[in-house]
Amino acid sequence: MSILINKSTRVVCQGITGRAGEFHSKNCIDYGTQLVAGVTPGKGGQEVLGVPVYDTVVEAVEKQGVDASMIFVPPPFTADAIMESVDAGIKTVVAITEGVPVLDMVRVYNAIQGRDVNLIGPNCPGVITSDECKIGIMPGYIHKKGGVGVMSRSGTLTYEAVWQLSEVGLGQSTCVGLGGDPIVGTSFIDLLKMYQEDDQTEAIMMIGEIGGTAEEEAAAFVKENVTKPVAAFIAGRTAPPGKRMGHAGAIISGGKGTAAEKIAALEDAGIEVAQSPADMGTAIQRAMAK
Amino acid sequence: MKIHEFQAKELLRKAQIAVPESIVARSAEEASAAYKQLGGSFAVVKAQIHAGGRGKGTIKTNPDQRGVQLVKSAEEAATVAGNLLGNDLVTIQTGPAGKTVNQVLVEAGCDIARELYMGIVIDRACGLPVLMVSSEGGVNIEDVAANTPELIFKEAFDPDAGLQSYQVRKLCHRLNITGKSVRSADAFMRAMCKLFIQLDCSLAEINPLVVTGKGELIALDAKIAFDDNAMFRHKDIAELRDISEEDPAEVRAGEADLSYVQLDGSIGCLVNGAGLAMSTMDLIKLHGGEPANFLDVGGGAQVEQVTQAFQILLDDKKVKAVLVNIFGGIMRCTTIANAILESYKQVGFNVPLVVRLEGTEVEEGRRILAESDVDIISAKGLTDAANKVVAAAG
Repeated sequence: MSILINKSTRVVCQGITGRAGEFHSKNCIDYGTQLVAGVTPGKGGQEVLGVPVYDTVVEAVEKQGVDASMIFVPPPFTADAIMESVDAGIKTVVAITEGVPVLDMVRVYNAIQGRDVNLIGPNCPGVITSDECKIGIMPGYIHKKGGVGVMSRSGTLTYEAVWQLSEVGLGQSTCVGLGGDPIVGTSFIDLLKMYQEDDQTEAIMMIGEIGGTAEEEAAAFVKENVTKPVAAFIAGRTAPPGKRMGHAGAIISGGKGTAAEKIAALEDAGIEVAQSPADMGTAIQRAMAK
Repeated sequence: MKIHEFQAKELLRKAQIAVPESIVARSAEEASAAYKQLGGSFAVVKAQIHAGGRGKGTIKTNPDQRGVQLVKSAEEAATVAGNLLGNDLVTIQTGPAGKTVNQVLVEAGCDIARELYMGIVIDRACGLPVLMVSSEGGVNIEDVAANTPELIFKEAFDPDAGLQSYQVRKLCHRLNITGKSVRSADAFMRAMCKLFIQLDCSLAEINPLVVTGKGELIALDAKIAFDDNAMFRHKDIAELRDISEEDPAEVRAGEADLSYVQLDGSIGCLVNGAGLAMSTMDLIKLHGGEPANFLDVGGGAQVEQVTQAFQILLDDKKVKAVLVNIFGGIMRCTTIANAILESYKQVGFNVPLVVRLEGTEVEEGRRILAESDVDIISAKGLTDAANKVVAAAG
């Protein structure tokens, strides 16, 4: 198996009639994703890429039977689109949109606590289960089927890691981009639980970055609960404090969130830390050989 | 987005949050007039720049003049304003170049009984805004957090319900605020939390928050920053932006939709994706070089944007070599290769250029570069790229 999505996952794209929504929906279909519906309010009744477009998510769910949604709506409407999917009973919601106001996500984050939904993102590359289902914007062809679960706060750095893994002959189970914002729906810990229970996943690659304390919390969780080999890389060792490094979440503030603190916590938990970004593939090999 | 103290205090005033009376001055004469208008027995002249540490900071060409000074006459106010205006103030946060003071705030003196700290931020761990207070006002709160975290008290609050009165009473108990000051604290803290939510702030900090001799809470300083992603619903706030306070190269990059942060090293970096861009900086450092910048051209960059990016990098005279590190996902390597050729035509490269391409359409991208007449050092893999660019930068 894999986590979150697989070849039988039925997907709706919210914002399918937009330029990015349509472009990436096509790539997902080409990869093999069962994209069965699109939603754009006011554009119901059309057909895009051979799939029907509905005005509401609930209608898409009723007519097509949907398990997951992929969100490409503009930032001012993203929180509403996420809640629409959650309300319609969709269990995996992947928000790709970049630039969502933090307070919108505060409201969404608190509204979904205790509900049976996995929100991935926003501001993320998405989720891919190799050779089965791609929900997001990552290049599909670099992914090879295998046993490494990859989770990351970054986009292209994840591609780099996946490529290095594939180069050293290690395929991937499911790769998840958590998103680069201060508040995102799914944490490293949520995914660690899933990877730990997943048969296909043999080892876990975690790619973090400066800002916040998500990596420290993940390290503490690994120490207590994860028996599979874990390797990690932290981006931003050389980033100066107080400067936002592209991602809204990647900022060292109040002396917190430095790479050094994170690396110390990871090493303390027995996690193999790649010292160089060129070393991510070999770090997971070392972790697996331990 | 950051704003000036005087702008923040104006927002507080509008929200009926207590601030001392104050007047902005842009000349010594205006400062003198402001002092007279305030009419107290003393006032404080405060340099307005987007950086903290002004009280301890000094004017570069006049080290005796601090950024914040108490004055006791209109003449003194004029002298201090004259010393500050048009000159560069160096503080712990500005770097050695300092920042030019374009305006000062002349503020009525205040009867201070106690100085506290108050700040509001979004707490990522609990996914809620959180109000922090401490009895250790005035000083650097980061030091308090590092050395005596037990002196900082926090209350998370729901963005829509706001901070509740019982939470204020609890904080007052911790801070030993008693009697009628509790009522003042209730009005002050709840209004600040409301303002934080209404204006989509990312930070609202009152340091020091003063308890006056009469037991009233009043904001002696105010520092507010906003969530850039929410500015579409606050056009009036967006107008408060002071571009002269920002790094010109960063402003230019922002206009081209590039994410750029200037650093002090000699190796320019051009990368797609924030995580990979940060890692590229780390990689350079790991191999003995110093990055000159963080630059993320984004996933959907077109040839014009990449050309702009080269222009910004090459305008930085510290740059001795440039590393282009692209992992093509949505971005095609052919787009980058063509952008490099176009930039060469438009900008010309006066320093060595190391290029590492991987991902979508990589073979074609490499072929375009190999067949061109542009002098490029091509690299395979991250380590090779780092070694080559560090060597090229000397």
